Amino acid sequence: MPPARLPLWLRLLPPLTLLAMLGPVAAGLGGTLLPAFGIYPAAGMTSLTLDPFRDLGDWPGLASAIRLSLTTGLVSTAGALAIVVLFLAGWSGTRAFRLLERLLSPLLSVPHAATAFGLAFLIAPSGWLSRLLSPWATGWERPPDIAIVGDPWGLAMAAGLTVKEMPFLLLMSLAALGQVDGTHRMRVATALGYGRIGGWLKTVFPAVYAQIRLPVYVVLAYSMSVVDVALILGPSTPPTLSVQIVKWMGDPDLAMRLTAAAAALLQLALVAGALVFWRIGEIFAARLGARWIASGSRGARIDTLARPLALGAAATAALSVLLGLATLGIWSVAGFWGFPDPLPQGVDFRSWMRFAASGGGAVAQTALIALAATAISLALVIGCLEAEHRRRRPLSRRGLWLIYLPLLVPQTAFLPGLQTLLLTIGLSSGIGVVILAHVVFVLPYVFLSLGDPWRAWEPRYATIAAALGADPGRTMRAVRLPMLLRPVLTAAAVGAAVSIGQYLPTLIVGGGRVETLTTEAVALASGGDRRAIGVWSLAQTAAIILPFAVALIVPAWAFRNRRGLHG
Amino acid sequence: MIRTTLAAFALLAAPALAQSQDPIDPADWEAVLEAAEGQTVYWHAWGGSTATNDFIAWVGEQVSEDYGVTLEHVKLADTADAVTRVLSEKQAGEDEGGAVDLIWLNGPNFASMKEQDLLYGPFAEDLPNWDYVDVDGKTVRTDFTVPTEGYEAPWAMAQVVFMHDTEDLPDPLPSAEAILEWTKENPGRFTYPQPPDFLGTTFLKQTLIEVTEDDEVLQKPADEADFDAVVAPLWDYLDALTPNLWRQGRSYPQTGPDQLRLMADDEIDLAISFSPGEASTAIADNRLPSSVRTFVLEDGTLGNASFVAIPYNSGSKAGAMVVANYLMSPEAQVHAQDPDVLGYGTVLDVADLPEEQRAAFEALDLGVATLSPQELGEVRPEPHPSWMTRIADTWTERYGAGQ
Repeated sequence: MPPARLPLWLRLLPPLTLLAMLGPVAAGLGGTLLPAFGIYPAAGMTSLTLDPFRDLGDWPGLASAIRLSLTTGLVSTAGALAIVVLFLAGWSGTRAFRLLERLLSPLLSVPHAATAFGLAFLIAPSGWLSRLLSPWATGWERPPDIAIVGDPWGLAMAAGLTVKEMPFLLLMSLAALGQVDGTHRMRVATALGYGRIGGWLKTVFPAVYAQIRLPVYVVLAYSMSVVDVALILGPSTPPTLSVQIVKWMGDPDLAMRLTAAAAALLQLALVAGALVFWRIGEIFAARLGARWIASGSRGARIDTLARPLALGAAATAALSVLLGLATLGIWSVAGFWGFPDPLPQGVDFRSWMRFAASGGGAVAQTALIALAATAISLALVIGCLEAEHRRRRPLSRRGLWLIYLPLLVPQTAFLPGLQTLLLTIGLSSGIGVVILAHVVFVLPYVFLSLGDPWRAWEPRYATIAAALGADPGRTMRAVRLPMLLRPVLTAAAVGAAVSIGQYLPTLIVGGGRVETLTTEAVALASGGDRRAIGVWSLAQTAAIILPFAVALIVPAWAFRNRRGLHG
Repeated sequence: MIRTTLAAFALLAAPALAQSQDPIDPADWEAVLEAAEGQTVYWHAWGGSTATNDFIAWVGEQVSEDYGVTLEHVKLADTADAVTRVLSEKQAGEDEGGAVDLIWLNGPNFASMKEQDLLYGPFAEDLPNWDYVDVDGKTVRTDFTVPTEGYEAPWAMAQVVFMHDTEDLPDPLPSAEAILEWTKENPGRFTYPQPPDFLGTTFLKQTLIEVTEDDEVLQKPADEADFDAVVAPLWDYLDALTPNLWRQGRSYPQTGPDQLRLMADDEIDLAISFSPGEASTAIADNRLPSSVRTFVLEDGTLGNASFVAIPYNSGSKAGAMVVANYLMSPEAQVHAQDPDVLGYGTVLDVADLPEEQRAAFEALDLGVATLSPQELGEVRPEPHPSWMTRIADTWTERYGAGQ
């Protein structure tokens, strides 16, 4: 049977989705490209010149900033990937694994900024760990003068990113694991006498990595250009290139926007270079790996050392985020809390009362943006998936790359350009454009989250519905969507979480005037008032957890008398 | 249907347009009050301090009750963002109904906005509460040597003080030289916010007027002087100071409040502040230990006023003037000086106020760590704003970009 001709709206949806996702990225890159070469009509500059690059080259912190962006990105990506792989290899299927998996999954929803704040207070020389151990164990009456947070090598920042990206890679790997039938591969390997980790690395890992390659690239691109985490945990003399771009963007001297644009192009090149470098690394690893596999060594000895190490690393990561959240909770109600008191001297709810009195606007804006961006994304994604289903043409590899593209282009490379462009064409920034900017980032995650369950739906239901006289539209509305309520709501929750966590798109495209929980939390970070930071970060975390709770509760309620639909 | 909607829009839009084209005369206060009622004022002000955010929210409640003006605080990470916004609007030809109605600013941002004709005015000296302002005793008509000419209204006085934790540093230090000596004996216990942060640059200027021979030259634009020669003693001083700073000067707190956090964590014992009442306010708010006190240097410390200005393209100029006027009212000034609220110095001449209001000021307990007006001693004038910019730039080259 040839695929039925699609209704017009359904045919238009896929190109519209691409436009919504890639349009702002392309426009933003264009808006970055022109000022980088001296063309900035808003400031009366119209002649082509290389001066912005020269000014960038004259900035004395350039070499260090480049080095920082590269090392923090590569170290944190490699670290997160290594921990996830070793943990999966050494422990999947065990009780410890299930426990940690349950601990790590909710950590995915803890916003980057909150993770970073929590970690910063945990590990600083005057932080909670140091307070708990001082002076009885360390002998410190005063905090030692060591740069643990904001160290010049960006190690604290890389650690924060590793901890934060680990749950994401773990969940992506678990999804991939389901598709490559790891259990059977391992059974064969074990029967042949391979050790746990060695066998997993040789038989399962290559298949899993092929599936999670794009998420790994996203983590690398993101870590290299992140701003909020770098502001909180990274060094400042100089900061990373992305932080400096944002600083230049905010300079009262408009000419600095040109330097910012040139730096944004450099950032783009750096990320592209790092991705190529990573790809070359993949090829080398594959060659070495193939030789290792062919050698036939059973690698049984790896387990004794690497298994405890993997468990330790994964547990440390999970614990540090949880403890960080706990410290934020304590700070939010702390009276005076000096060094080395393990707990505050008193309890004080003033910060929460302030939040109750003045936080309503930010909560409402956050909710409005998240709901609108998620609704738009969900509508576009469902439309695309339905078109894909009716055309019987699954997403191609190139299509997958296009979906990932907005996540691979560094935000600092195209958001400043987008803002300049909006100003030039006289579109005042506001909540509407912020919603559209959020769609760029929400859409890919909604697509990735809903795609597999949508395609896994049993098509014979559609056949039955058609036999009963329902047209494809009615089949989708009356059969498919209700049956897929759980994954649809989960995708919506993922989308809302992504939107709520967005810092840079809200700040830059909103012209600083769109106030959300995340922008407020990061702005407060500059003020250093940890009680307020605690309150706002917890509110932000709660806002992200709420949609996930809805995604759990609503299907359970809706399907209370549909036993077959309980997943 | 569509036509009626359009007509309704036209009707709605017409009075708004007429209003913004109609010039308001600040001297006709009744007319200003009338025009202000129902307006929304977007006040762009730094949002990193809970105390100031609360104060601005309080002002919003007052002007809404008394004058029907809605005040929205746009919380900035950097005042320059608002200046950029107005400048971009001007270049884009948005000469009416701009996003910014009121800015908290002073120094270089005022100089730059005034120079580029981005400000509305003159209005400040026509405001009714200007009568109470201490024009002779306080620097309310010049801003970093630049004459204000009524283009901005003062609302708080600031003066440099040093906060010290008396548990580790019991006695005041009399001079920049003494601070240097103390850091040599106590390495790692002092730092300042990283320039171009406002407070960090203030520390550089405070030190410059301490170590330079010639104060007069700082009152003129930096281009007219031999910049390198004038500031050379400052770099000598910093070269000696930096190795003994917190983290050996490889890392700096990013803002003033960030520096308070370090003091609360007992990472440092000495910090600069531009608000004599800040320490008391922070102690009351559990953000500083109760052992913190303040001191000023023997030769006096820098002082200036904080102002509010109205961009030329604001759509709510009348409302903005009402807010500016309210900020100068004895009621708002005494509230701002309360250390439990802000602890900011008043711009008014308290001795000249009506009895009841003077009593309110006198009844105010300034807090444990606040110096009395006599103890605050001599106020040194701010250098010309061009010094601030150039010093911050050179600092970044020398100390802020990794060595």
